[in-house]
Amino acid sequence: MSGLRTAALVGNPNAGKSALFNALTGARQKIANYPGVTVERKAGRLTLPSGEPVELIDLPGSYSLDASSPDEEVTRKVVLGEFAGEAKPEVLILVLDASNLEQHLVFAQEVIALGHPTVVALNMFDLAERDGLVVDPGALEQALGVPVIPTVAVRRRGLDRLVEAVASAERKAQEDPSDHPMAHLTLPERRLAARNIAKGAILSQSARHLVHTKLDKVLLHPWLGPPVLFALLFVIFQAVFAWANPLIDALDGGVGALIEMVNAHMSAGILRDFLTQGVLSGVGSVVVFLPQIIILFAFILVLEQSGYMARAAFLMDRLMSYVGLSGRSFIPLLSSFACAIPGIMATRSIADPKDRLTTILIAPLMTCSARLPVYAVIIAAFIPERSVGYGIGLQGLVLFGLYVAGIVGAVLAALVLRRSVTAGRASGFIMELPRYQMPKLGDLLIGLWQRGWIFLRRAGTIIFTVTVVLWIMLSFPKAAPGEDQVDASIAGHLANGLAVVVKPIGFDRDMALSLIPAMAAREVAVSSLATTYAISTDDEDAEVAALTDQLAARWTLPMALAFLAWFVFAPQCLSTIAVARRETNGWKWPIFMLVYLFGLAYIFAGLTFWLASAAGL
Amino acid sequence: MNLDDLPASHRARIVAVDWPSLAPEEGKRLRALGIDEGTEVEIAHRGIFAGKDPIALIVGKMTVALRRSHARAMTVEDI
Repeated sequence: MSGLRTAALVGNPNAGKSALFNALTGARQKIANYPGVTVERKAGRLTLPSGEPVELIDLPGSYSLDASSPDEEVTRKVVLGEFAGEAKPEVLILVLDASNLEQHLVFAQEVIALGHPTVVALNMFDLAERDGLVVDPGALEQALGVPVIPTVAVRRRGLDRLVEAVASAERKAQEDPSDHPMAHLTLPERRLAARNIAKGAILSQSARHLVHTKLDKVLLHPWLGPPVLFALLFVIFQAVFAWANPLIDALDGGVGALIEMVNAHMSAGILRDFLTQGVLSGVGSVVVFLPQIIILFAFILVLEQSGYMARAAFLMDRLMSYVGLSGRSFIPLLSSFACAIPGIMATRSIADPKDRLTTILIAPLMTCSARLPVYAVIIAAFIPERSVGYGIGLQGLVLFGLYVAGIVGAVLAALVLRRSVTAGRASGFIMELPRYQMPKLGDLLIGLWQRGWIFLRRAGTIIFTVTVVLWIMLSFPKAAPGEDQVDASIAGHLANGLAVVVKPIGFDRDMALSLIPAMAAREVAVSSLATTYAISTDDEDAEVAALTDQLAARWTLPMALAFLAWFVFAPQCLSTIAVARRETNGWKWPIFMLVYLFGLAYIFAGLTFWLASAAGL
Repeated sequence: MNLDDLPASHRARIVAVDWPSLAPEEGKRLRALGIDEGTEVEIAHRGIFAGKDPIALIVGKMTVALRRSHARAMTVEDI
């Protein structure tokens, strides 16, 4: 891709940059990190009218080139061509929100004054019209001295004209490659100019954002807002369990059919065992949770795109401030319910370093989607499927309880951390509440595709490797006749050592065994249990019972509950540890995270086991 | 009168900001959002729970959330 010319999207946060990026590049996007920093680099391919491809990058939203966060620092450096390893973009596409011109023109002038080839996308033209705002692109073009194209990213309006303008700006840039910087204006000067330019470009405006104001009246209402938020969260968790079930059953059936097909077409032997017991039952038991992950991410993406996520931050700020954090931590923590990795990466928007560190340290306590497979299997095996009334299922209720346990744990951990290792000045909370928008199906699908793909790639690589290694460790050396295969295997011997450590908290050898590969990712605990029981019940004629039946037959209820409690706390995810290392620039904090979370897991699994046993469960 | 004392739905102009009482990055971010001396603002919402914190402030066409501690650093006059 080197040598490919680049164009970059720049603009204020909430200018509709990402929607425009999706509309211009489609689903084929490359997401990586900028080298050395942990800011996400989104790149895609834009085809010019001449057929030539240009690499389009979506720079982090900024309010100013005078950066006040790592995200803004990346934007500043890339735009100025100072970012090592990143070519200076040939053309800048400056994205302005048509209905928030006065504010967005402040940053726009700063970018245009660089004298670099720039094209303005006057975005969300339709929302401006909805708000009764008539903007004259021609007047704006005259005032700014660069081409101005009205666009509606979500309806693909104006995109062809925008691409043409980019192409012609690029041609001009090649004829005259030097920049022509203009006089630098101070912030008050730019603000005054922005007001005048906006005044000249806005032909008429009627009532202010009516929809926006009315929605906020309800959603930010002191008494209505919080119940709406909590009802929403509850619906999400019930939906993750209920809606996903038919899909999970279908996937499960598909994996079962594949195993039967392999069994029917291959002669018995080590290769067939490897395929059915190792690869298919291992990876298959993780992949079946794709529906739940997709449903959860769908809710999170819709909340983000609609603008509600920032309201949730507003509502939660006071509560978060009690534990020494701000509403800004709410979004990373809420994302951690899907996965701690994007959650921890989202902490980059938290300006205060102590705040950010605390959020990183407690993010793994949020119940991520990788725990769902573990929770789902144990709940399905031990919690009866019945209603507790009002259409609420007992299984869903237990799942909700596990989520609450993680939240309570995180609150207590934050309180202790803020008074000890991350003590410091209480942080502030300053953030824009974006306008409400109808989430767009296309953007939602691209987001879901990217996240689903990341999960499958994980299932395909890390989880596949770990499953195969575990299968080998479980299958060799071969047991002597009359001896249990698991006992004889390498993994069995390893687990025997660990079993001594976890015996006091009620874990048996099989559970200890599942914890070893689950270090790579929590959901592997499920596949390793499946692999273990598939091998130990290896009887040519016997039907391999479903994992849930195996568990129900082999474990007691206190053991199952202790296992659940363990996974509320245990930091069993190498990727999370790796991301924490990268985000905190060292091993100190990830190691601290490992120690305190394993400590909590051990204590709470033990408490659960002994209390449940004492209660006679 | 400081901004925290401003009743909801009253338009006011910020006449002075005690910048030194705010952290430097906080000041930078407030100014980037257009909250500065001379800005016209209006309190749209206040937070829930005790303390009526944070505040949702209308600045031009934007709604910006900030804490009461920031609002107390700003002197406003009715318009």
